[in-house]
Amino acid sequence: MDTGRQQEAAAAGAQAREPLDIRDHGSVGDAYQTIGAPFVDDAKMSARHVNVYYGEKHAITDVSLDIGRNEVIAMIGPSGCGKSTFLRTLNRMNDIIPICRVEGQFYLDGEDIYSQDQDTVLLRARVGMVFQKPNPFPKSIYENVAYGPRIHGLAHNKAEMDEIVESSLRRAGLFEEVKDQLDKPGTGLSGGQQQRLCIARAIAVSPEVILMDEPCSALDPIATARIEELIDELKDNYTIAIVTHSMQQAARVSQRTAYFHLGKLIEVGDTKQIFTMPEHELTENYITGRFG
Amino acid sequence: MNSTNEGASASHSSAAIKASLKKRYARERRFQWYGRMAVLTGFVFLLVLLVDIVGKGYPAFTQQYIRVTVDFSAEQLGVAPGASEEQLAAANYLGVIKNSLRAMFPEVDSRKEKRQLYRLVSVGAEYQLRDMLLADPQLLGQTREVWLQAHSEAGSYLKGQVSAASAEADRKVKDVQMAWLDQLRAQGRTESRFNTTFFTAGDSREPEMAGIKVALYGSFFTLLVTFLIAFPIGVSAAVYLEEFAPRNRLTDLIEININNLAAVPSIVFGLLGLAVFINFFELPRSAPLVGGIVLSLMTLPTIIITSRAAIQSVSPSIREAALGVGASKLQTVFHHVLPVAMPGILTGSIIGMAQALGESAPLLMIGMVAFIMDVPAGVTDPATVLPVQIYLWADSPERGFTEKTSAAIMVLMGFLIVMNALAIYLRKRFELK
Repeated sequence: MDTGRQQEAAAAGAQAREPLDIRDHGSVGDAYQTIGAPFVDDAKMSARHVNVYYGEKHAITDVSLDIGRNEVIAMIGPSGCGKSTFLRTLNRMNDIIPICRVEGQFYLDGEDIYSQDQDTVLLRARVGMVFQKPNPFPKSIYENVAYGPRIHGLAHNKAEMDEIVESSLRRAGLFEEVKDQLDKPGTGLSGGQQQRLCIARAIAVSPEVILMDEPCSALDPIATARIEELIDELKDNYTIAIVTHSMQQAARVSQRTAYFHLGKLIEVGDTKQIFTMPEHELTENYITGRFG
Repeated sequence: MNSTNEGASASHSSAAIKASLKKRYARERRFQWYGRMAVLTGFVFLLVLLVDIVGKGYPAFTQQYIRVTVDFSAEQLGVAPGASEEQLAAANYLGVIKNSLRAMFPEVDSRKEKRQLYRLVSVGAEYQLRDMLLADPQLLGQTREVWLQAHSEAGSYLKGQVSAASAEADRKVKDVQMAWLDQLRAQGRTESRFNTTFFTAGDSREPEMAGIKVALYGSFFTLLVTFLIAFPIGVSAAVYLEEFAPRNRLTDLIEININNLAAVPSIVFGLLGLAVFINFFELPRSAPLVGGIVLSLMTLPTIIITSRAAIQSVSPSIREAALGVGASKLQTVFHHVLPVAMPGILTGSIIGMAQALGESAPLLMIGMVAFIMDVPAGVTDPATVLPVQIYLWADSPERGFTEKTSAAIMVLMGFLIVMNALAIYLRKRFELK
């Protein structure tokens, strides 16, 4: 975890002030208005009036948000605020949780992704995902990357597959490190390498959007820096939504930032503006480290 | 708090911790000792069992032979000189053996003693001579030295299992036979060889002719059927219940029933097999096919339960990873979940198969307890299995069968070790990937 780094940042602004209890300051009425600019002109994905329930628990309340084409949007907020849940609704990963119920409209390039005839397999090929904990398959490095293209039939022969594997690994900045050991198990790599392998695996099926769920929370600072560089390079070709606990990371890699609080989307705006002039009190309290 | 107070309480609490430490370590040492004693006790029991079985069983792996001068003359055999094969097959070999034995001990003349004399060689000796002559008809009219199998009682004396010290009435080898055997041994007419009969023959009423081959083949065929039925069905059921089935009352009911089935006494499955497969479907009695089906019913719950546990223990992150790149549910299960769960599934299956291998009760119900001499060629031929064979032999009073019983147990354990080794090898292969 990088709470240490958060505290460090918080120290500058919040030294003198007493920490606040999130529960006292987290009450926003059910009929609330998101502050800032949740909608953009050229949206790659749009979510409207999203409500998510885990059984009885209301995990996300009336969230509407656009994700712009070729932008990196960061989602921040205290633990349990629903940012990961929201991210997982974008490629319907919540479908596999039996007690989870999702309401609202979701569009990818104007297509309803929760419609009856939307195929989740196709959707997940278009909207890839990188998870919090590096989770390479217990297979070789080559197989890890080749698996997606193989099941989708993207390569017609061995040469094409080799090409896809190499270019994916190159784009994930991993190829030079592993080119001599492609047949070694992916689980034998270091944590940072594993996460880059997972990114390579995700981009091997050429998705349009990549969702990243705290991709660096299990990594050391050097590996984190590599991933952040990588995100910066990837944004030219992909739309990226990243959930992060680290505000510095959000500030470094994203163009827009969305602040979630207890299942509600409090504030969205340009990253620079959010971190320098937050409008909502909760946002300000969070980024100054008074809770989180 | 002031500093002196703080210091005092600190030293006080560390003294308390020190005092409790001693106790805690003592408890830990005691616990380790209990553990060691438990392991040691188990080990001693195992050792006693093994020593007992091996000690009793190893003589069964040797076979005693007596060299007899056999006169294959046409006159002795009671056939005409250029006799056909059929006539040769029906010739009087027993008479030939009797004559040969009498020739070696001409002093024997009473009827009772003669009978004792004939009992030195196995009942199977005449078939041995017949097979020799049929294989080589040129032997007709010649005289040969032939090693004949000793009778099991004579054999047990030659192996040193019976001694003249015990009362004659208490043993089957009589004093006069012992004298003859001593004489034969002195002439170099006796020999101990590795007992190949034990591995090449089926059951027999004569211990020296009894072998384990029928039971071994029967066990193999039965387990083959069991595995072919129980493994695919069990794993499929586990995968379906774990990955695809909705969670509702019905699946809960199924789960409870599977768990209960695992605890049903095995003989009940035998009754079921008798009623359903033999009486209703009219499948052959005593056949490994029916035995295998019955044992697979018995093994299924074990395989399903352990496979479900193995599938459950696969990290959800692997499922997420596969779904995340767009694998379908089926692809996720077959490409990622099952390979990872396979070592656990194999372990469970091998436990189930080992249970099936050692099972005799349900097989008694479907007639696999029959006395069978012919080696089964397939799953529908009558056969018996190792545990049933052990049970049958353990029931026989002859000394020769006592050692055969232990020897059969050794073979059963060998079978089990081979099976486990195979499972471990397969598991290692899956783990490497």
